[in-house]
Formats: sequence, structure tokens, C-alpha cells
Amino acid sequence: MYELIVVGGGPAGLAAACAAWENGLRRILIVERDRDLGGILNQCIHNGFGLTWFKEELTGPEYAHRFIEMLAKTGVEVRTDTMVLDVTPDLQVHMTGPATGYKIERAKSVILAMGCRERTRGAIGIPGTRPAGVYTAGAAQRYVNVEGWLPGKRVVILGSGDIGLIMARRMTLEGAKVLACVEVMPYSGGLTRNIVQCLQDFDIPLYLSHTVTEIRGKDRVEQVVVSRVDESRRPIPGTEMVFDCDTLLLSVGLIPENELTERAGVVMDPRTKGALVYENMETSVPGIFTCGNVTHVHDLVDFVSAESRRAGAAAAKYVLHGPAAGEYIALKNGFGVSCTVPQRVRPQNVEKSFNVFFRVNRIFGKSEIVVSAGERELCRFKRDRLAPGEMENITVPVKLLEGVAGEITVEIREV
Amino acid sequence: MRELICIVCPRGCHMQVDDSLNVTGNFCPRGAAYAKAELTHPTRVVTSTVRIAGAAYPRCPVKTAAPVPREKIFEVMDAIGRVTLTAPVKVGQTVIDDVCGTGVAVVAARELL
Repeated sequence: MYELIVVGGGPAGLAAACAAWENGLRRILIVERDRDLGGILNQCIHNGFGLTWFKEELTGPEYAHRFIEMLAKTGVEVRTDTMVLDVTPDLQVHMTGPATGYKIERAKSVILAMGCRERTRGAIGIPGTRPAGVYTAGAAQRYVNVEGWLPGKRVVILGSGDIGLIMARRMTLEGAKVLACVEVMPYSGGLTRNIVQCLQDFDIPLYLSHTVTEIRGKDRVEQVVVSRVDESRRPIPGTEMVFDCDTLLLSVGLIPENELTERAGVVMDPRTKGALVYENMETSVPGIFTCGNVTHVHDLVDFVSAESRRAGAAAAKYVLHGPAAGEYIALKNGFGVSCTVPQRVRPQNVEKSFNVFFRVNRIFGKSEIVVSAGERELCRFKRDRLAPGEMENITVPVKLLEGVAGEITVEIREV
Repeated sequence: MRELICIVCPRGCHMQVDDSLNVTGNFCPRGAAYAKAELTHPTRVVTSTVRIAGAAYPRCPVKTAAPVPREKIFEVMDAIGRVTLTAPVKVGQTVIDDVCGTGVAVVAARELL
């Protein structure tokens, strides 16, 4: 019987396991389906990781390496090349891999840290033929950075999320011509720094409020058609531009990989597409915690590490001291806020303050984030600018929740 | 007056720089230093991969240990493209001593045994 089984050995699983060890657990197992620990960081060879966490600018593999070294100093057990098939509500973890065969391990607590996968062409339904040469940006990133293949020479990128922007630069550096980056929304979904150093540095045009309306080609992509869209994101006839290209990369969003979470009977939040969580990253099933991109999609791995350490510490507390107590207060999304994590807070279980992470649903100028309980305002936070591409984070002192019952609301007020 | 978005960290400060290189809108001093460099002589860290023999994967990620002049990015890429390593490789191990006369080393970014 393990005290803790962590599903996934990416940045979330690594940080969670380290924190659980530091907080007193000694029988910990990480199960990872790939041959190495580190998860997606291993293919994210660009820099910019770790500025918050390590106060240094690291590449993805370097960031992973730091945590893998930390883990090596603990007694945490690791099974790579092993796939978790099922997690039951009574915390049995079913797994299979070449080293162990099919195996059922029991645990006192489980941390789900499976991360997410990419949305594909099928998920967004682009019309046209079905030739080779249409890749998700992350798949192309793996081919280029890990396997050493260049997937194409003339490239159009749909979606301006960070992976799309990073791949625009990467393909350019490796000798491909990136003709355009196309974004259906009127703003980019990526970090502004990536617009500057991935597109502007290489004169790659960004077409906002545009989308791919047709893919042409028999065996291989030959052309893609790009059209402008109206305010309700419908293509406007007559605005078509045709690009001669052999490759279309899709950076059109990430889906938290929650099949195991659902099978474990965990209550989900349809907005984050992850588990509904309490302030300590615990789910509705006692003893099951989630952290990282499987809970909600992050922009920065530094925040994944911080969140996952909280989950690891909470799992240790659960195993060593029993379940968290107290009534919960629900967090409601007010104007401009699309979803919060956590969704529930138990004030009794918070020492000084708790963090609330959320995204806004459009771009705001100078604004205030206001937290209130009914008519009563609890606190407000000033911001110069808010954008959906950048996750917001506020720290709320728990003493403000005295006398509050039921729910509190987080909303945006433009100044 | 020039408008500039800081790329030093993911915060992405929107900065203003006047003709005598006075910077406003930056959250930290690194932003001011970046803005001045960006308007006089822009630099970037280059990250890429090199061939590696004898490892589990055919490519090893590398980076320039410090920023190099932006106009030298493709020259640096050419130099990186000519290297083949042999496993094992440690994080931080030098791959090229002084790339393209920049005085900056290219180092390995992943341990491959």
C-alpha cells in the first residue's frame, strides 16, 4: 500500500511528489507513460521557463532536469513506460507496462497530474480534403525537437497560442518558410513576449480575426484558404486569401486529459474541463487531488510547480492528519471572469490567505478585480491590463471571509 | 517616443522609451536594460538542437549560454547545425566554445545518457 500514487511524471507530478516527500510521506510512487520523466518540457526547448520559480531563464529540458534532480534526492519510486488505465473511487490504481505487466496498486491518496492534449483538426472541423501535412503544433514540436525531422517547408499556422507562436520561430530557424499565423479571435491567445520574439523578429504576419476555411491537396497539403471572420466568428465571403504551402500547423487549444478523473467519479467543472477543486487542490472524492494542466490550462510552468506543491503538501496532510474539515464557500464567476480555480474554499483549512486563478473573457484596459459576498465588497486588486491569454492570480486574506456563508463572486470592473 | 513590449519575462510590460532612452512602464530594472539594448543593439538567446549519437533520441537540445546579437541568429543556427555530439551529455556541457565570434558558448540543455 502506497501513501501516495502520482499519475503523471511531468512538471506537475514531479513538484507534487517532491512536496509530499518534504511534508513527511515516505511511500510515494510516480507512474509515467513515457520513457522519461519531464513530460512536455522535454520537447519545449525554447527558454523562458523558471523566471518566477528559479529566478533564472531556463529551457524546458533544463527546468525538468532541476526537478528530476530534486526528486532523485528523495526516496520517491518511479515507474516509467507505465500507463495508468483506471483509478477507482476507493483509490486502487490499475496500471500496465513492460516491466510489471498489469498491476493494481492501492494508495491512501492519489494525485492526478496527467496534463492535457491538443485539439485536432477534427475538433474544429476545417472543411476540405484530408491530405498529409496537417499537424498539431505540439506534434510538430516533438518531430523537430526530439526526433529530428522537419515536417514541412512552407507552413501556415492556425492559432496564435504559445505553442503555435513558438513553432513559427522554430520552423523558421530550421529553414522552413512560415507564411502566416492565423488567429480567429481579434487578439492573440499567446503571451505578448512570444508575439515579439517569435513573429515580429522574423517578419511573420499575424492575421487576427481570420481562420482557415479550406484545406486543399490530394496526397499532401498544397494550399490553404484563409478568410476574415465577422464578430460572431463566421467567415466573410469574398475575403479569401490562398496560401501555397505544404504544411498546416494547428495551435487551437488544449484539452485537459481527464478520462481517469471522470472514471474515479470526481465532480468536473465544465468550464475548466478539469476537476472541481477545493483550496488545497482536493477533488470531490476524498483523497484524490489534481494539479497542473489537467486541472486548468496554465501559461507558465512556474505556476504549475507552485500549484502542484500545494497539492503534494495537501495529500501529505490528508494521509498523516486526516481529511480537511469545514463548510465551503463557492467561488462564482462575475462579469468578465470565465472560470476560477479553486471553485470552492474551506476557510477553516486556510492558514493566512488563498490564491484564486482565473482568466478574463476579453481584453480589459485599466481595471479592478473585485471580490464580494452579496452586497459586501471584500477586496479589490488593480490591474493595468487584463487579457484572456494571460492567467490572473489574486491572493485573498482568509480573515476577510469571516461571517461569509454560501458564495463569493469575482468580477472585473473597468475603470 | 517608442512603444515596446518587454520580453525579458512572461509578464510582458508595455514600456515607453523617449529619445534620450528614458524608460517608463517597466516593472523591474531588467525591463529598462532590455529596452535600451533593444533600441541600440537587440540580442536574443538562441535555442535549437544538435545531432547526438548513442543516445535514446537523435537530437540533444542546446542553447547559447547568453544572448547573442539578433542579426547573428541564422549564422549561429548554421554553426549549431554542423555539430554532432556523442552520448553521454550533461546539462551545461559546452558544445561550441565561442559561437561565430560572439564570445558566447553553446551549451547542452538536456542530460542524455
